[in-house]
Amino acid sequence: MKLKSLLAASALSVAAFASTNAAQAEELTLCWAAWDPANALVELSKEFEAQSGHKMNFEFVPWPNFADRMLNELNSGGKLCDLLIGDSQWIGGGAENGHYVKLNDFFDKEGISMDDFAPATVYAYSTWPKGTPNYYALPAMGDANGWFYRKDWFAREDIRAAYKEATGKELGEPKSQKELMEIAKFFQGREIDGKTVYGASIFTERGSEGITMGVTSALYPWGFKYENTPGKYDMEGAVNSPEAVEALEFYKELYQCCTPPGYTNSYMGESLDAFKSGQVAMAMNWFAFFPGLYADPNTGGDKIDFFVNPPQNQAGSTLGGQGISVVSYSDKQDAALEYIKWFAQPSVQAKWWELGGYSAHNSVLNDPGFKDSQPFAGDFLEAMAGVQDFWQEPAYAELLLAMQKRVHDYVVADQGTAKEALDKLIEDWTEVFEDEGKL
Amino acid sequence: MTQTTMDRAAKATPVRVARRIRGLSDRAIAWIFVAPTIFLLLAINIFPLIWTIRLSFTNYKANRAGREIKEIGLRNYERILTDSDIWLNMQATAHFLVWTIVLQVLIGFTLAWLINRKFKGNDLWTTIIVLPMMLSPAVVGNFWKFLYQPQIGLFNYIVAFFTGREPSSFEMLGSVELAPWAIVIVDTWMWTPFVMLICLAGLRSIPDYIYEAAEIDRASPIRQFFTITIPMVLPFLMLAVLFRGIENFKMFDLVVQLTGGGPGSTTELTSINLKREAFEKWRTGYASAYAIILFVTVFGLASIYVKALNRVKER
Repeated sequence: MKLKSLLAASALSVAAFASTNAAQAEELTLCWAAWDPANALVELSKEFEAQSGHKMNFEFVPWPNFADRMLNELNSGGKLCDLLIGDSQWIGGGAENGHYVKLNDFFDKEGISMDDFAPATVYAYSTWPKGTPNYYALPAMGDANGWFYRKDWFAREDIRAAYKEATGKELGEPKSQKELMEIAKFFQGREIDGKTVYGASIFTERGSEGITMGVTSALYPWGFKYENTPGKYDMEGAVNSPEAVEALEFYKELYQCCTPPGYTNSYMGESLDAFKSGQVAMAMNWFAFFPGLYADPNTGGDKIDFFVNPPQNQAGSTLGGQGISVVSYSDKQDAALEYIKWFAQPSVQAKWWELGGYSAHNSVLNDPGFKDSQPFAGDFLEAMAGVQDFWQEPAYAELLLAMQKRVHDYVVADQGTAKEALDKLIEDWTEVFEDEGKL
Repeated sequence: MTQTTMDRAAKATPVRVARRIRGLSDRAIAWIFVAPTIFLLLAINIFPLIWTIRLSFTNYKANRAGREIKEIGLRNYERILTDSDIWLNMQATAHFLVWTIVLQVLIGFTLAWLINRKFKGNDLWTTIIVLPMMLSPAVVGNFWKFLYQPQIGLFNYIVAFFTGREPSSFEMLGSVELAPWAIVIVDTWMWTPFVMLICLAGLRSIPDYIYEAAEIDRASPIRQFFTITIPMVLPFLMLAVLFRGIENFKMFDLVVQLTGGGPGSTTELTSINLKREAFEKWRTGYASAYAIILFVTVFGLASIYVKALNRVKER
């Protein structure tokens, strides 16, 4: 198998790599969010330490505080992080504010080609201005918002019969957003094994980015666009299009009809908790968590299965994931670049996927054995083919917080209409772009 | 002969220093002593305030070092004062402020009045009552988040026990109607003991002979309460209101832990909103203007209140 041969090749590369890295040993600090893939990266990086002689330190921050903590670090010119796996939306600010080192010359010198990585990830995680060949990060961790469900419940004859009776359809993985809601409604309040269960856990968090990531998972399949003409910031008619209004109304209905009680401020952790405690039939979350979910002794294995965010008018998934950048304030940029060179190797990327990280390298993704290597691998490929990301502008934080407020006001606090929420969002975003001098 | 502290200090001063000091006036020596404090005050209080005022007239963003800083006059102030969302934040803050103070004063005074009576276990009860205010607001916020949980929260079960409703049929933190009250309840639970302690100090400062004289004059207990207790405790109560008012105007940690400002923006107090503008959106100029408006509001209200407090004290 190609994956195995890549792993074997990594052993050979050790000697070659070590011989080219006789430079002074440094202590490097890599900053990222505190989650399952970060643990995999610690494991993976041991190989780099052995080969290069550099020591790796890690600074992992829980997701709800990750952006605050890291953006403050960058804005203050801090030297804590030599390498940063920053969120995709930070790329514009990272590039324009001089936080990230531009990697083009380094890539050219070391023969690292962006053509070796999945185009969607290069576009989203590495380039600024968007789509131009100006690279500020190497795609490190592909990710998208997907779904998982209780396969054991879906397979039970009594539940299947009840669903058929209620809807006239066979119970299975939803093929559209509306079907997803139908299934969620069916499970909501249902008694299974003497316990009341609920339809779905979705993102409703107010403080950071939660509800925006959840809502966009409905908006994108309905065909949501940020601008009528890319790069023109002409949002009227796009952001508040009839399709966008319908999608937002859908998300609100899904929240109201089918989530567990008290689900007003929930994000990744709450979604995982709801599923692992057997409260919900379906849950949305990032693919990054799927290896851990599959390995869970109580609700993983045969009891779980995965599906890509269902389409409606079109396929569409919310992009997650990150690129790895060298922080321009670091005094150890050479050693940090060594890490990126090492990380870009196909053999390392293969091991990265094996350990639970989501490689974006074509040699891994295009491997014939990839789809069957994990139960969610095929869904991951499908999701990455239809991903869409939030604004990646330098003013992304302002744009994000405006959306957090407007959609939370509408979906959770039940204030105003979907159209009003999106109209106000356009006003907020227009003000931001005017301040930025882009309108 | 016994030596005074002054004598000992004079002897301990090196001769060279003593000679120099001898040539200085009392006023100069006083300045030498207070100068470090004044310097610190200027550096960490006054300078930032002046700098904030300056920034409030610009479009400055602290996260965009290379961006041109433009003077925009009163534009930030105009935007803030005409923003309906900010007025909603102000309303949420006013609701929180008024109700927490009303409840804390009523319950705090009642508790102090009860505790002030001599009974067995008095000290133990005082200790138990003041426990909440010794906890960290972050801990209290998390703790009450669990208590308010609709499925497993004790609060919902207690309400359900008395009302017959399903515990999961209402959400204290998720409901637009209930969330503002949920944060009022938690703050009241945490800080009523503080008001109680101040009131207790006031009650214990009333000399017994005043009550004895009132009894000789055959004043009823109710009359004693309204003509002796209340007037003599009033300065203490007003002080408690001032402390709690200032604290709750800048309330942040407890509410962030409980609701994060939600649902929607229902419990987004001005301090939470200000933090978002300053350190999440990084609109530094705008946030500076916002901070100045809040500062002037608190300073103005507090000045009026302190004058009233002094008048009550002089009576």
